[in-house]
Amino acid sequence: MHIVTFTRSTPDTAAKVEVDGSGAVTWGDAATVVNPWDEYSLEETIRQADAVGGDSTVIAVGDELHSDSLKHSLAMGIKNAVRVNADGLDVTDSLQWATLAAAAVNNIEDAQVVIFGKEHVDVGSDQATYQTARKLGWTMLSYVSEILELDAEAGTIKVEKTLEQGKQIITAKLPVVMSVLKGINEPRYPSFIGIRKANKATIPEWTPSDLSVELPANSTNTDAYKNPPARDVSSEIIDGADVAEKVAKLADKLMEEKVL
Amino acid sequence: MSVFVFVETFEGTANNVSWEALGAAKPIADAFGTDITAVVFGKNANAIANEAGTFGAAKAIICEDATLDVFRLEPYAALLSQLVQEHKPEAVIAVATNRGRELMASSAVDTNSGLITEATDLSADGNGIQVTRTAYAGKVLQEMTVSTDTKFVTIRGRSFAPNEKDEAATIDVSSVEPVLSEDEIAVKVESFDAEVGKVNLNDAAIIVSGGRGMVNNPKDAPADADDKEIWKAKDGYATVIQPLADTLGAAVGASRAAVDAGYIPYEHQVGQTGKNVNPDLYIAAGISGAIQHQAGMRNSKLIVAINKDGEAPIFKISRYGIVGDLYHVLPALNEELKKRLGK
Repeated sequence: MHIVTFTRSTPDTAAKVEVDGSGAVTWGDAATVVNPWDEYSLEETIRQADAVGGDSTVIAVGDELHSDSLKHSLAMGIKNAVRVNADGLDVTDSLQWATLAAAAVNNIEDAQVVIFGKEHVDVGSDQATYQTARKLGWTMLSYVSEILELDAEAGTIKVEKTLEQGKQIITAKLPVVMSVLKGINEPRYPSFIGIRKANKATIPEWTPSDLSVELPANSTNTDAYKNPPARDVSSEIIDGADVAEKVAKLADKLMEEKVL
Repeated sequence: MSVFVFVETFEGTANNVSWEALGAAKPIADAFGTDITAVVFGKNANAIANEAGTFGAAKAIICEDATLDVFRLEPYAALLSQLVQEHKPEAVIAVATNRGRELMASSAVDTNSGLITEATDLSADGNGIQVTRTAYAGKVLQEMTVSTDTKFVTIRGRSFAPNEKDEAATIDVSSVEPVLSEDEIAVKVESFDAEVGKVNLNDAAIIVSGGRGMVNNPKDAPADADDKEIWKAKDGYATVIQPLADTLGAAVGASRAAVDAGYIPYEHQVGQTGKNVNPDLYIAAGISGAIQHQAGMRNSKLIVAINKDGEAPIFKISRYGIVGDLYHVLPALNEELKKRLGK
């Protein structure tokens, strides 16, 4: 069995991200990291591939920026990496992205499980995950908090999903696409040897023609990025002789603001 | 040609956030010169459709079938996609809940439609729908347009007001059959445990959050506690945060630092790798306000910070702050608010 996962490079979580004068999104000199949610999907892919004695591949869909996240994934222990790119690809258009992602999975022999992180922090969405599953025609198992059983021989899987209303135990037949939550595992740090090996690796690039697909027309358009309006807060530190006076003043304010 | 609004149900009742989707749909339907059709699947759909009528839906399409009682993507998406193909609505709008997200994304693929998620503002000009949303963990605003034949949009919860309720309104309800039968559905739900559902940060009007400062509990941990810090912090959530949350009818949140330290389960985490929330009131206690935390809560209407460190960055985005020990301030605040609220 081959387990496939996806990742992408996103600005360091502590970076100040803003829109510059030309309207482009920039994070200055800050480094990129693996999309924070993907640390868990990468780790889970390594563990599950080990458990079933299978192969693992990480895919990034997009430009050269994303190669760093692929190298990080290899350094963690994913066995293969590939980058899929297309002229004119708009990564904010989930249908375009999912079309390439699904075609790439179809190009991997014996792929039966795809594991995504919960969402993509750069585009601020998880829609491409569900759309990749739909393009593949595979069962989608979202918000997985634990993989209870992956039986390659029987072709079945049992997972725990954590939803807004509670936890569900679900069984399904392979092939499946999953999204996994933070907390499903404790992601490892890449080893020194892993990093050295990953740095030497050449990452193949697949184009739409390699995958026998055509990039569909845009289904949505990003018109502009803007900086959010400055938060209009005049901060007021509440003073008082003692705690009782301070909380009484704060309670007055909260009653006035009508938020209770 | 109507505008569809997917109304979520859970165990036979409507998920109230869906009324916000009807509110968001109203100006869109007006711009396209059409009305709103509520789409309701599952137990009690007929009664819920009538409720949708009082919140602005002119029509409803319902399906009450056992295969749809518990939400599963396959039967829901198959049916929604078929309805979109038959009725060719101008738009389909839903709230970006767990289910709304995957359902809308899947039906958008089935019908080759564009989808924009988590709108915080919407407008339409008769051709397309313009959406404002956030990207890069809330750090940047993104303006997008969708203009495919049917336009799929999910809205962020608590960003749009419901239409005013009109008890006298009537609704034209039509009932349809499901597309998939039980043996055509690969996913089986074995069991369900509602315990974590109690957290529900997304719908909360008030959130009381505790951070790393929870560890400064003046109580002594019992000698047999495995980890004294964790014991102190957990005790603090139970004896200081939770009572205030109970007084206010609030949900309990936490910072990543607190979750990673094992003080409280992940379901409570607010911020970049947790929940993105926008309550009316957010009380941050013992939270310094790292940029990752701010990303998840800076859109709260009113932020109150309580922190020992007067230089903590959280104060810069807070309307009101108290510099002090949360273990002194919160119990006193709780007693004061109980008096004010008559509890």
